[in-house]
Amino acid sequence: MAITLTDTAAKRVETFLANRGKGIGLRLGVKTTGCSGMAYTLEFVDTLNDEDTAFESKGVKIIVDPKSLVYIDGTELDFTKEGLNEGFKFRNPNVKDECGCGESFTV
Amino acid sequence: MALLQISEPGMSAAPHQHKLAVGIDLGTTNSLVATVRSGLSNVINDEHGHALLPSVVHYVEDGNIDVGFSAQKQQNLDPHNTIVSVKRFMGRGLKDLDVSQLPYRFTETSGMVQIETRAGIKTPVEISAEILKVLKTRAENTLGGELVGAVITVPAYFDDAQRQATKDAARLAGINVLRLLNEPTAAAVAYGLDNASEGIYVIYDLGGGTFDISILKLSKGVFEVLATNGDSALGGDDFDHRIFCWILESAKLTPRNAHDTRLLLSKAREAKEWLTEHAEANISCLLSDGEFVNLTLTTAEFIAFTENLVQKTLSPTRKAMRDAGLTVEEINGVVMVGGATRMPQVRKTVAEYFKQTLLTNLDPDKVVALGAAIQANILAGNKSDEDLLLLDVIPLSLGLETYGGLTERVIHRNSTLPVARAQEFTTYKDGQTAMSIHVVQGERELVSDCRSLARFELRGIPPMVAGAARIRVTFTVDADGLLSVSARETSTNVEAHIAVKPSYGLSEDEITNMLKASFNSAEADKKARMLAEARVAAGAILEAVAMALSTDSALISVEEKQAIEAEMQRLALLKETQDDDAIHKAVEALNHATEAFAAARMNASVSRALAGKNLQDINL
Repeated sequence: MAITLTDTAAKRVETFLANRGKGIGLRLGVKTTGCSGMAYTLEFVDTLNDEDTAFESKGVKIIVDPKSLVYIDGTELDFTKEGLNEGFKFRNPNVKDECGCGESFTV
Repeated sequence: MALLQISEPGMSAAPHQHKLAVGIDLGTTNSLVATVRSGLSNVINDEHGHALLPSVVHYVEDGNIDVGFSAQKQQNLDPHNTIVSVKRFMGRGLKDLDVSQLPYRFTETSGMVQIETRAGIKTPVEISAEILKVLKTRAENTLGGELVGAVITVPAYFDDAQRQATKDAARLAGINVLRLLNEPTAAAVAYGLDNASEGIYVIYDLGGGTFDISILKLSKGVFEVLATNGDSALGGDDFDHRIFCWILESAKLTPRNAHDTRLLLSKAREAKEWLTEHAEANISCLLSDGEFVNLTLTTAEFIAFTENLVQKTLSPTRKAMRDAGLTVEEINGVVMVGGATRMPQVRKTVAEYFKQTLLTNLDPDKVVALGAAIQANILAGNKSDEDLLLLDVIPLSLGLETYGGLTERVIHRNSTLPVARAQEFTTYKDGQTAMSIHVVQGERELVSDCRSLARFELRGIPPMVAGAARIRVTFTVDADGLLSVSARETSTNVEAHIAVKPSYGLSEDEITNMLKASFNSAEADKKARMLAEARVAAGAILEAVAMALSTDSALISVEEKQAIEAEMQRLALLKETQDDDAIHKAVEALNHATEAFAAARMNASVSRALAGKNLQDINL
């Protein structure tokens, strides 16, 4: 299994990284919080940790720590527009349930 | 699911705890709101994709308040109740303004001007708050959450009263102001000039109706305003007007009615924008008296008859350079701000004057809002600590009146904020027991030439010979450039203190009342929405039941049908009342009354579907 990006997501990440001027990739993770147990995190990466796993999808380096990987392995990250709002969306096959707003989830 | 943005390392917010912060460019002609998402500053568009919100507020006959493009259309039809360029009135008294050309009905008050509208007497603060409210709603709808705060930009030359008025407007709109930021500083931030260690930058801002030139000096992360100048009645609109006059002349038209003037002005504007990238523009339209106008305007002609407008911007520019004591060789960069700086002849003239390539790669309409958003993002705590917080400076010196009507400066202009300075004063008469402290703002030596901010008295000084008392006056300016002053006699510790509410600002009571009024109307708004929703729900169920009765009334007994019809009638009557609660109850009652009927219909349709089929045919 691996983590992948859709074409639009990859393009956006590249622009964001270029505009930021620094950073080696994108970190996907989960943290235990929120009304439904866990929440996704999405951050720029400046430094790699020893235990990190790195993937590459469409030219973008994706970094995940081992604890998070268990919950999000197989995820496809998409970038979409919903009405006025736009942003990244996790398509995570491990999810069993989400809270109403979708900001947190359980596996 | 919710949409995510990329955060800085280690800065991911917990769910429902997004720190949403925006930058707002509250302009004279247009306003914008921007935010930083995934590390990138972006302007937030409205649902039609417009980034700009015309700073126009229209008080409509039905009690609604219209802001933006729709309000702009009413400008000529309903001039008394359509307020444009309200920024010019912020923190200003009637005597500060030339109102002879304006259509508004001003009311004479001691403080800030007030405008009589259909919706009552409105202060510029309240009118600006309407613009801010629209931007706030737009941002919250887009970002999907409540804002923790906003950075709002103001012109560098805004004095204390005007800044305070801007802050009050934000408060009235329910926006937490993280910081007021000078517009030229925001533009410099948008270009990342604050990343450099030092330099001197010129911000050339030619907006819709105003021209501002600011010279900033950056040293150790602090932007100092070396000089500002400008022309408050020069902007892109003047270029439109020149084209308009040219059309009248070339087509030999007589003066026109309001409708034609509007039409021709909008054609003029289109032509101006078209000429930015093309060599000639076609102007054609049909006037109200059937006359057809068809002209071609070339870039050369356009440049020729707007030449003096462009030149007009250079004289304030030269003055500012002279005030700052600089030559063009010392300028490290020139930032172009404002939609009118898209015109090639403006760019050419400015580039020639400063002898360098201009910074134009960001959208000149958006650059101020983008910079404000970057500051807001840092202030809201969405960035790691290594990003230094930009400091601003106070635009005009603060001081107090001394004997003989002279100004004694306590905090000099361009001191970085926040700042506190103290100075010792003494009595000038034997046995003097009180001292009147008059706080003024400005660069002039005579108090009468400066702006009076506040007066207060220090009483209870023990009688001493003249010059023996030691009175320590402390001026404190917070990060937004707002001032408080305290005075203390050091031998007895008698103290007096004042938070400067500029004399043109609004009193705390006035603001509280306005806030209350807005809460009250919020309650009414909510009520109206609930009523509307209840009516829609009632309409939907009535229609559905009527439909069901017309097809399937055979399924129920006459009594049942009558019971349902009675409930329907009751609901239909209630629907026209104002009582949303009663409507909801009646909807539920009708729902309940039709339960048996609904079940019967369901059975009937299932049996219909199954009738005449074998078990094998039915795909279970």
